[in-house]
Amino acid sequence: MKADPKGVLTGSHFLDGDHACAEGALAAGCRFFGGYPITPSTEVAERFSQRCPLVEAIFIQMEDELGSLAAVIGAAWTGRKAMTVTSGPGFSLMMEHIGLAAMLETPLVLANVQRGGPSTGLPTLTGQADMMQARWGSHGDYEIIAVSPNSPQETFDFTIKAFNLSERYRVPVLVMLDECVGHMTEKVVIPPADEIEIEPRRYYKGPKDKYLPFKPDKDLVPPMVDAGSGTRFHVTGLTHDYRGYPVMSADCQEELVRRLVNKIRKNADHIVEYEEEQTDGADVVVISYGITSRVALRAVDLARQEGIKVGILRLIVVWPFPEKRIRELAGKVKAFVMPEINYGQMVLEVDRCACGRAEVALVPHGGGWVHDPEDILHTIRQAAKGKGVGKGVIEYPRKKRG
Amino acid sequence: MSAPKVAERPRPKMKEEPHPMESLLRMERIPHIWCPTCGIGTTVTAFATALEKLDWDLDKVCIVSGIGCTGRVAGYMRLDSFHTTHGRPIAFATGVKLGNPELKVVVFSGDGDLIAIGGNHFIHAARRNMDLTVICVNNFIYAMTGGQVAPTTPPTGYATTSPYGNFEKPFNIPHLAESCGAVYVARWTALHVRRLTNSIMEALQKPGFSVVEVITPCANYWGRINRLGTGLDLMRFYHENSIIKHGEDTRNLDIEFKKPIVVGKFIDRERPTFLQAYNQRLSEILGDKFKPYGGKA
Repeated sequence: MKADPKGVLTGSHFLDGDHACAEGALAAGCRFFGGYPITPSTEVAERFSQRCPLVEAIFIQMEDELGSLAAVIGAAWTGRKAMTVTSGPGFSLMMEHIGLAAMLETPLVLANVQRGGPSTGLPTLTGQADMMQARWGSHGDYEIIAVSPNSPQETFDFTIKAFNLSERYRVPVLVMLDECVGHMTEKVVIPPADEIEIEPRRYYKGPKDKYLPFKPDKDLVPPMVDAGSGTRFHVTGLTHDYRGYPVMSADCQEELVRRLVNKIRKNADHIVEYEEEQTDGADVVVISYGITSRVALRAVDLARQEGIKVGILRLIVVWPFPEKRIRELAGKVKAFVMPEINYGQMVLEVDRCACGRAEVALVPHGGGWVHDPEDILHTIRQAAKGKGVGKGVIEYPRKKRG
Repeated sequence: MSAPKVAERPRPKMKEEPHPMESLLRMERIPHIWCPTCGIGTTVTAFATALEKLDWDLDKVCIVSGIGCTGRVAGYMRLDSFHTTHGRPIAFATGVKLGNPELKVVVFSGDGDLIAIGGNHFIHAARRNMDLTVICVNNFIYAMTGGQVAPTTPPTGYATTSPYGNFEKPFNIPHLAESCGAVYVARWTALHVRRLTNSIMEALQKPGFSVVEVITPCANYWGRINRLGTGLDLMRFYHENSIIKHGEDTRNLDIEFKKPIVVGKFIDRERPTFLQAYNQRLSEILGDKFKPYGGKA
């Protein structure tokens, strides 16, 4: 299906990541936005508030983040594509409803423009420390999908991708920006509507009185209906059977929750996406995502000038994690180097997949700014020796500066 | 693993007769979980009767509940029904209503859900005059979790987390609703079935944020902990101590322990709903550029 031209602002624009996020959503067909202002994500809400009345969409500024995501789930069940946006503390407040969205298998998009934490942290400055929270933040077992853009253009593109994935798998999809990407202004090209692929909602087409909201198709994803369409469905955050009725039993829990995780895990090969460069024959592979992937390029260039064989693996879809590829590479390279703006989050996944067959070196950063490429370069040099294999996640002391 | 695709619940053997509300209830889910003499069932009957009398297209009526005893109502109504998170049904319902303004959206939940943890959504939906009908069952206590003190517990009533008697001032729900902007506010007890049904009908037909508070007996917790007797005794208390005062100033509607309860219809006024205000303002400012939501202004 092609995009509805109403929401597509075709042309070349000079936009920051936050604005590009809103435009991506509108291009993807998002027609409901409920949100609460929080730095550095507020500009997404501002853009929506301005644009919604022009494209038959509705904007509501809710009373808090709890209400924002609740309203988004409600709107999604009426057939609207819906999203919200937040950062740091607001993301924490949304955790409960990420669980509800996962349990009700509700397609929606949540953008998190990451800032430094914990708590109020660094409201105006960047961070990448919500990556594990994105995956594990709500209680109980579930799987989500998360994408991580590194530019305004990608924010536009990946927000569309996020909507498509959410409809395809009936799952909340997170767009994990960071403050740098959210606030950097670059050229964003918005293509004509007929060049934008849109995944339509998968609707139930059988008799109205036979609809079972949680009876999955072969790919483990159940088809959906809209509220008001006559099926008189029930949905609940309680563990439920195919009818959506609560069943308090271990058997039903096994059936339901196993499927909620498997619909992502078993389809991971279709969801996972990353970019690779010169990983064949590399001694060191630098793994990164978001703004850090752009900073790392400089370090990789410098290392290559020194003759070190460095490859790049850049995560586009962050969750599910590309375990298969990391496992393959672990048998071939000496070391993985992972810069990220936290004290070691996604690197734990790399270490898990490396299985002790390659060194895993973290280049941490507490947030507030991006890495100095020199720090990444320094770690690449050390890691190229491959002496840390089997030692878990290691960190090299920062090079002293003159 | 052979999990039941559709779990069957054991049913007591009894003479099968059709329930008069069968078309509105998910009979396959009966028996319900509520205790004998609980007032939620009565409130559900009043709601179902109101819907029947209105003779609306019930495919266009949605019900949203939160968590707690009353939170289970959504699961028993044969409507598009959402059993959501604790405290958030009004926010969820806001999304449903704005997602499809043609739907009539009812929030059916308890005092703890709507007024304690969900208080923020309650006041803001009232302020916006969101087009929702809220049926708030008030049993003075957290019943699902076993009888804890609530923001509606009249002082000096006892609760499991107020073992020396409550000393906090409770919310006066009609006054809260009026102050925040609700356009329709009524209160009845589970004894006033006919009046309650009429109020629910009026509330459902009222555009904007309408609130019907229902004082209900909770014999197993509120009644037992406070030695107020059986459910029947609680109903007898309502019978002897309810005072109908339509139009009463909502400031006078505090509920005191073992004291008379003022019931009636207190507020019935006009104010633009959220969507009416949205469409009006944006038409004024944007003119032809405004694309009204759902194609209707």
